[in-house]
Amino acid sequence: MAEGVFTAAAPVRLAPKLRRVFDSDLWWSFRRSPVTVAAAVMALVIIGGAVFAPWIAPHDPWDPASVSLLDASNPPAWLEGGSWTFPLGTDNQGRDVLSAILYGSRLSLFVGSAAVLLALLIGVTLGLLAGWCGGLTDTIIMRIADVKLSFPAILLALLIDGVVRGMLPRDAQSEIASYVLITAIALSFWVQYARTVRASTLVERNKEYIQAARVIGVSPAKIILGHLLPNVIGPVLVIATINLALAILTEATLSFLGVGLPPTQPSLGTLIRNGNDYLFSGDWWISIFPGVVLAVLILSVNLLGDWLRDALNPKLR
Amino acid sequence: MIAFLVQRLFQAVLVMLTVALIAFALFNYVGDPISSMVGQDTSVADRERLRHELGLDDSFIVQFVRFVGRAARGDFGLSYQQQRPVGQIILEKMPATLELSFMAAALALVIGVPMGIYTGLHRDTWLSQLLLALSLVGVSLPTFLIGILLILVFAVVLGWLPSFGRGNVVHFGWWSSGLVTLDGVRAIIMPAVTLSLFQMTLIMRLVRAEMFEVLRTDYIKFARARGLTSRAVNFGHALKNTLVPVITIAGLQLGSIIAFAIITETVFQWPGMGLMFIQAVSFADIPVMAAYLVLVGFFFVVINFVVDLLYHVVDPRLRVDRERAVLG
Repeated sequence: MAEGVFTAAAPVRLAPKLRRVFDSDLWWSFRRSPVTVAAAVMALVIIGGAVFAPWIAPHDPWDPASVSLLDASNPPAWLEGGSWTFPLGTDNQGRDVLSAILYGSRLSLFVGSAAVLLALLIGVTLGLLAGWCGGLTDTIIMRIADVKLSFPAILLALLIDGVVRGMLPRDAQSEIASYVLITAIALSFWVQYARTVRASTLVERNKEYIQAARVIGVSPAKIILGHLLPNVIGPVLVIATINLALAILTEATLSFLGVGLPPTQPSLGTLIRNGNDYLFSGDWWISIFPGVVLAVLILSVNLLGDWLRDALNPKLR
Repeated sequence: MIAFLVQRLFQAVLVMLTVALIAFALFNYVGDPISSMVGQDTSVADRERLRHELGLDDSFIVQFVRFVGRAARGDFGLSYQQQRPVGQIILEKMPATLELSFMAAALALVIGVPMGIYTGLHRDTWLSQLLLALSLVGVSLPTFLIGILLILVFAVVLGWLPSFGRGNVVHFGWWSSGLVTLDGVRAIIMPAVTLSLFQMTLIMRLVRAEMFEVLRTDYIKFARARGLTSRAVNFGHALKNTLVPVITIAGLQLGSIIAFAIITETVFQWPGMGLMFIQAVSFADIPVMAAYLVLVGFFFVVINFVVDLLYHVVDPRLRVDRERAVLG
């Protein structure tokens, strides 16, 4: 591909580290796939909007002082009755839909990535333990994983959420809702990581470099963290990318079902749920715009994850 | 075969007991069942008497055995929210969910398998590419969003289909069916399509990938060399051999369909078990949650068991291997 050669040769003036990035196979396969580039751009736009929401959002939708009921249910700017003050229209309480989406994707992305990180932490730790210790530890961890696997993640997340609701007083729930949600999603996604890490640990632990480290008396903790972990973490990180889309989706679904984030701190899912009530009165923009952003976000992350999996898979080269 | 059956049955019972244990722990340790049953002004002595009458002061094991015994007879106590037996509530809601799930599963198979065969046989036609691109979008669109879009288009804008409920239902004993009235059939279209889309794309991609694999094998080449018609090769030889993984996944997906019905039922206000569960979660109605958990666990175990059996019926190699292993 001419394009790929060009990018590999062009950035001569860049710092050596950057040059290494641009010369790599990964960058080349990235440039070769226009769909992936498009997905990356879309993901970056949404993530950028989410991160910089407090600075770029035209309004602060959660500041009661700046919201007026007089502006309620304005259509998007290009329709009759819309104005450019509220580019994507307003909801039933006069909040700017665009700003709500920017703040909402911030929460969605936060909960999604935190859940994946926590799942990664739990899964990798248990996988390393199961693979390294073997015996009873292995059996117990893997049996739990089997039982967990026979239930769909969404059901488990719902259940954990419901249990926490039962245990906590109602007024405490909305404050810690996002943490409950993160834990619920993480607990329903860790098995995949644990299984992958365990499988590679079983292979790696008999290799010579581990044996050598043992012989010279390196402590088990140091072997596991310093030698084993870097060699088993690769595939898991790819799964994590793909699971990020799934985690965001789960969060949105739970919020849509009304058991996720409360209306006082709405994620994209909560926004869609709120707007759903006004669908029949013709105010489609309240739920459809957050829905489109959610769908585009998940699609781009999915595409990026698929590309990463294929690009790092030596069998496909 | 019998050894295999017994082993699988034993496993199934073990899983059910685990699920029951979790449900039981939920029931007993989340909140105090007594205080959710009685009013504020009940005296401590009365509470203790009630506790004793309900057997809540017995040991953990005794209570658990009693819970399992009752659950086996479909007795899960009273719903905190509705003050009616949970078994009765579930029995009312079950037909709605099962009808919806089976319709969705049937749709997914009837449309997904042919699409998979087509895209598997004709790799590079524009229709294949289109179907593949659509399937990717189908996987990325959240279920509830698909439902909302369908409602917006077909109920709000076009006004062709009802947007919520089951329509008119006819009762056959305890079973209520919406499939025998025109109204009920119209009502089930959108929920069933919404619920089936994800599984449909999954089955299509699976059949396609399996077709690729099988078409590359030697016996297909030989079948072609023998001069069999491409129809006989594609359907008689190739398709038959793709069915084992398809049966497995389709079977296992039936379980997820029942679970995902929660979302679809919420979007379309479909009066099934999923909607009941969501309401139970937001009210922390533990008996209903526990019963739903046990029931869905039961469905999953039964489905896994049947899929395992089907495996043996469809794939003779497994039978032979197994018998050899047992004999040897």
